[in-house]
Amino acid sequence: MRFRRRAARGGSPVEPSVLPLRELLSESLAGMLQRPGRSALTALGTVLGVGTFVAILGLTATTSSQIDSRFDLLTATEVTVEDTSVQQNAFAGPVFPADADERIGRLGGVEHAGVYWTVHPAGSATVRSSPVGADSGGEEIGIVAASPGALLAADPHLAQGRLYDAYLSRGAQPVAVIGSGIAARLGITTLETYPAVFIGDQPFTVVGIIDDTRRKADLLLSVIVPRTTAERIWGPPKGGDARMLIATRVGAAGQIAHEAPTALRPDHPEYLKAVPPPDPRTLRGTVTGDLNQLFLLLAAICLVIGAVGIANTTLVAVLERTGEIGLRRALGARGRHITAQFLAESGALGALGGLVGTSLGGLTVVIVALVRDWTPVVHPATIAAAPVIGLLTGLLAGLYPALRASRIQPAEALRR
Amino acid sequence: MVAEVPAVEAPAVIELRQAGLTYPGPPPVAALTACELTVGAGEFVTVVGPSGSGKSTFLNIVGLLDVPTSGSYLLDGIDTGALKDADRTALRGRRIGFVFQSFHLLPYRSAVENVRLALLYGAVPRAESHERAREALARVGLGHRLDAVPTRLSGGEQQRVAIARALVSRPSLLLCDEPTGNLDTATAGAILGLLDELHADGMTIVVITHDPLVAARGARTVSIRDGVLTERATV
Repeated sequence: MRFRRRAARGGSPVEPSVLPLRELLSESLAGMLQRPGRSALTALGTVLGVGTFVAILGLTATTSSQIDSRFDLLTATEVTVEDTSVQQNAFAGPVFPADADERIGRLGGVEHAGVYWTVHPAGSATVRSSPVGADSGGEEIGIVAASPGALLAADPHLAQGRLYDAYLSRGAQPVAVIGSGIAARLGITTLETYPAVFIGDQPFTVVGIIDDTRRKADLLLSVIVPRTTAERIWGPPKGGDARMLIATRVGAAGQIAHEAPTALRPDHPEYLKAVPPPDPRTLRGTVTGDLNQLFLLLAAICLVIGAVGIANTTLVAVLERTGEIGLRRALGARGRHITAQFLAESGALGALGGLVGTSLGGLTVVIVALVRDWTPVVHPATIAAAPVIGLLTGLLAGLYPALRASRIQPAEALRR
Repeated sequence: MVAEVPAVEAPAVIELRQAGLTYPGPPPVAALTACELTVGAGEFVTVVGPSGSGKSTFLNIVGLLDVPTSGSYLLDGIDTGALKDADRTALRGRRIGFVFQSFHLLPYRSAVENVRLALLYGAVPRAESHERAREALARVGLGHRLDAVPTRLSGGEQQRVAIARALVSRPSLLLCDEPTGNLDTATAGAILGLLDELHADGMTIVVITHDPLVAARGARTVSIRDGVLTERATV
């Protein structure tokens, strides 16, 4: 559609009618402002649609950046090696060699590594703080065998005492580290008195009480004993029970996951399966995926409702302003000028709604981020696209009413 | 304001040659039977007839809002039948000033803006169109109410704004459809007085009316009855 004066056409006796862009915009602005209340209500649908759109994308970007930061701290530096030998060879025996910690510790980028498994002692396996007495019934508490490296890899925080080390482990000493919750249940308040716990009838000296771990939080609810001690008393782990926890330096996890099975079992690397941390990009992708599509669908529905609202109001306005349309036609406006005017009005309504919606959506993201103590993240493309979406919605919605307006016969319209 | 003097040989402003309009049926209705009419520059012609006589059809043809189905219509010597729709629209905007019974003013716009509307599609620069709108309003005696919106104007003032809007594009023809139909007698008299003044200044005016008193103001009266146009005033 051309608004500007065009070169005089051959043989035409009259200069054609024109509608300069500036006049078109000021006419449509005036048309929009003559009913400000109605225009505002009309734009509401677009405001909601675009606002939802911006808020959803902004909140998604914000939350996934939070996921990323948590991911960076722990998950990206954690590799787990699983024992998958049972499926392949029922007689493979213990898969992790006795010197598993040292073998992995020699790999570049490893901070701590160790084998652990949950012990299932045969027969009576309750944990007590004294062999006889009132509370000698004991408590059902999980027992975890863990090499010193595994304990370090879990990154525990000690409330009292110390962790057992390679020396104690090598001698298969009866020592234990327990969580602070377990200590309270067993009535252990201090290590000054060298308290012991009894697993079944086996006494263990409590050397340390931990009140937090950054990995493997379930260790807090267990009595942790050295791997060697557990093997001496209860035998090696059953096939598939044992795992290895490796804490790596940032960026080394993928490489270590690749090397670990061979380093542990050069003869049978296929018995082991190393689980590297998930790729942050795929992680973000899956988190953003499902829920967002739902919300974006919701935003799209809002937009459609907004478009229907604009279409409806514009159609009513066209019918109301039939006289004006007739007058403009009498004053030299062509049908396309009428179309352009009504399209510009509905487009301006849509764009205005889009702008307001963008602001409200952005505000929502900022407020939510403030409340949750997050860093608000909104992609610039979202902010740039949102008003354009509003504009397109308005133009699309105005198409039918505007075309209809252009078909109104001036003679008919002026008779009203 | 003075009417633009048409070029060189000064053709008649309106020339209807056997122009008629029949609405295609079924059954076909002859709204205006083929008629001859010539209105020269500077004439003040009134067209009178009862409602349903074909006045509206006459207005639409002369106002280029409708095309005669037979014969031809020349405006300022231009055969309008040969024109494309867009050209007819442009010709209408530039050469014909309309004055309607119901004024047709935009309710939320000031008097100046309403008058300026007639120059909107004519490629007149903004500053010039403002100046011309002010001049036209001064010409109809509303120089003091430039920024008033129509709802704050009396009926007579509104019709003056409408006349200013018709004049501002310096048309060849002022085409008035029942210009006093919505006004009381005193105000109507003032409006007709204004038309007389414009006529005296040389403007070509055609007034369509059903009111014999209004019709009597014309220097020449044409009557329409049952779609037939005659050069003799009948009431």
